[in-house]
Amino acid sequence: MKWCNRTAATLSFLVLLFGSLAFAASEVLTFDNDELRERYAELTFQFRCPKCQNQNVADSNAPISVDIRQKTYEMLHQGYSDQDIVDFMVDRYTEFVIYKPQMSVVTIWLWVVPAVVLLSGLILLIRMTRSRSSETVDELTDDDRDRLKTLLEDKS
Amino acid sequence: MNKKLIFAIPLVVVAAMFGVFGYALVSGVDPKSVPSALTGEPLPDFKLSELQDEKAFLSRDDITGEPMLVNIWATWCGSCKYEHPVLNALAASGVRIIGINYKDDRALALKWLDEYADPYEVDVYDPNGDLGFDLGVTGAPETFFVDSEGNVQYRFQGPITDQLWQDKLKAIYDEMV
Repeated sequence: MKWCNRTAATLSFLVLLFGSLAFAASEVLTFDNDELRERYAELTFQFRCPKCQNQNVADSNAPISVDIRQKTYEMLHQGYSDQDIVDFMVDRYTEFVIYKPQMSVVTIWLWVVPAVVLLSGLILLIRMTRSRSSETVDELTDDDRDRLKTLLEDKS
Repeated sequence: MNKKLIFAIPLVVVAAMFGVFGYALVSGVDPKSVPSALTGEPLPDFKLSELQDEKAFLSRDDITGEPMLVNIWATWCGSCKYEHPVLNALAASGVRIIGINYKDDRALALKWLDEYADPYEVDVYDPNGDLGFDLGVTGAPETFFVDSEGNVQYRFQGPITDQLWQDKLKAIYDEMV
């Protein structure tokens, strides 16, 4: 009965494999069109579950994530824009609920600082290479030439 | 510009980062705490039935007017049971508590209040969690401190204990009264 054991093992392995591949989100939704489905997938992917640590709403089983998915689905079918839906969630769950920060007075430095650092780094690099090349063009004085000549002659 | 100073910049940056991370580690910043969008904002309006009477509808104006605690609770929530005696004691000492029965079953909720006493002046029945969603609730229990104007002053997540009330929350409540 060895083959029987082996088949059972293979089967249970397959069940485990495909079982774990299934999405955490379990509700079955029907969309009016493909565009809505894509926007739904995109929105729930970028919403962050307020109850769990670093899991997005699309992948979370927390009751609050189910609610957020439900609300997103409803608002999409009521004709709200993506930005409306994001604003709606931020009004209730603060900026914590979105992974991609919105541009504001507080968050502007997220875009500004890398640009400033990159620019100042470039300027610094250019300056340092320039000053180094100017140093190497240092000419020898006449005294130095004489000394060099005598030294070379002494050796031969 | 002094060249040696330029080479010290990375060191300064790394030292500053150590400072920030070290501060977060020592001061015990809780990464799980989610700020409330409602702090300083008026309590959202709603139209839901009373827990004890499904024909009696309540709205924001029916519960606001005096300082109060708005407590989100449910019979499926384990820490609500743990928090319940504390709420009973607070209600007995004169704190006005409004309950929001969150995503629960009316019969089970009434049975719970019958068994463990009822600290709530009014109990709003929110079976779908609609009001909870507008409040930015992520689970139960949660407690909102609402002043006489109906503005949220503070939101507390998790069960209130005697210790927590004495150490921190009482002061927030007293400021509203």
